[in-house]
Amino acid sequence: MPYTKRPDKRKFDELRPIKAEVGVIPNADGSALFAFGETVAIAAVYGPKPLHPQHMQEPDRGIIRCNYNMLPFSVTERARPGPNRRSKEISMVAGNALASVVDLTRFPGTVIDVEIIILQANASTRCAGINAAAMALAHAGIVMKEMVSSVSIGKIDDKIVMDLIKEEEDHEEGEGATDIPFTMTSRTHQITHLQLDGRIQTHRFKEATEAAKEACKKILKYQERALKGEKIDETK
Amino acid sequence: MKLPNINKKRILTLLRDGKRLDGRKPFELRDISIETGVSINAEGTSRVKIGKTEVVVGVKMDVQEPYPDHENEGTMITSMEFSPAAGERWEGGPPGMDSIEIARVVDRGIRESGFIDWKKLCIKEGEKVWSVLIDIYCINDDGNAMDASALGAIAALKLARFPVYDEKEEKVKFGEFTDKPLPLTEKLPLTLTFHKIGDKLIIDPNRDEEDSGEARITIAVSSVKKEKMINAMQKGGITPFTIEEMEKIIEETEKAYDKIFAEIEKKIKHVTK
Repeated sequence: MPYTKRPDKRKFDELRPIKAEVGVIPNADGSALFAFGETVAIAAVYGPKPLHPQHMQEPDRGIIRCNYNMLPFSVTERARPGPNRRSKEISMVAGNALASVVDLTRFPGTVIDVEIIILQANASTRCAGINAAAMALAHAGIVMKEMVSSVSIGKIDDKIVMDLIKEEEDHEEGEGATDIPFTMTSRTHQITHLQLDGRIQTHRFKEATEAAKEACKKILKYQERALKGEKIDETK
Repeated sequence: MKLPNINKKRILTLLRDGKRLDGRKPFELRDISIETGVSINAEGTSRVKIGKTEVVVGVKMDVQEPYPDHENEGTMITSMEFSPAAGERWEGGPPGMDSIEIARVVDRGIRESGFIDWKKLCIKEGEKVWSVLIDIYCINDDGNAMDASALGAIAALKLARFPVYDEKEEKVKFGEFTDKPLPLTEKLPLTLTFHKIGDKLIIDPNRDEEDSGEARITIAVSSVKKEKMINAMQKGGITPFTIEEMEKIIEETEKAYDKIFAEIEKKIKHVTK
């Protein structure tokens, strides 16, 4: 069957209803919730604080230590608790996506801990997690050169679409599904995180980048509104 | 983490006048809130707050072989973790002793109370039974994660429903749910935790009080026809309790159970609507 309509009836360039809020974890120095529809992530930031063991410290800058944790009941078939290869990889790329906008030279010898928790999953969990984490960093008052926003762009059959759901990721007909999570900076639109899984013609990659830029601009507005204290919930 | 002695001294001075740092009386609990809807992919979920302490709990179900000594009964596994998000002191890595202890006490309270009708979780004797998997995550720790975890587990169990089971293929259809609730009884277990600071007893300690406490006792209690049953107990810390103190704790446990039982039933009913 050719892919002409999205399973949830969205337009190809439409994001799912968004939830965004800061201050969800009172103990943390900064915290936030970000949801793309049924994908819900929260993030907590602690630090900057002295890094132990000491030999891990960088004398000229701080480091970001990111941990992505998908809760066992966030998915339909219970996920085994604890880290695995997938979560370790996502923790690393998410940490890098964030580190590129934090002015870490201001905090030599320290660590900023970023904990990302996925409560409910329907694809794009790393993107929701990075959006929440970026908001949590800003909420913690950590100096950032720019904000970052993250979105999954897909090529489903021959269509470029924004913010994939599971059903789209699993699309097999036609040209199949390609999942491209992007993270971009807010002002200069630099790519701080990029992954790809699937098959896309080289000449169509530019379309994906353009879609990511447009999507990130939209997401940024939600992040900014939430950081000003608004509790956004479009899912109601 | 050791608190400065000054904090403990203040807590003790206040307690001598029957007062606490946050304005509570010694045997007064913090406000409890119960919500659900944490994950649509779980059979049951809850988000429970006791004061600022917050846990999210998910119940997942699967079909497994029964244990050889209980061939016609379902099984249960309870896990608990303090997320590194929960506070400065909690770090990543495998669950530590605090988490393991909470998981085990919560598990015993539920198991021993008879809250779950295990025989009704049997599909085919000796071959296939339902397994109930409870995952508890503390995401903000302001003390007494034990009682929050136990309450969260109870709420998630009450709100859970069976997934669809394909009898021909003998497989669970994950992500598809029935309306059928779990086979639960009236014997709802509640867990109450007391701390001893100096020679004073308090219920539901917050973080500062937990850090100042010398000994802890947790009691899981259920009620059968107005008669209260203790289903699990766990003492923590080195300092002993006197017999009189234990009697006082049991007395306060009974009072607290009656007080919060109705409130909790009401709150759980409210979220199901």
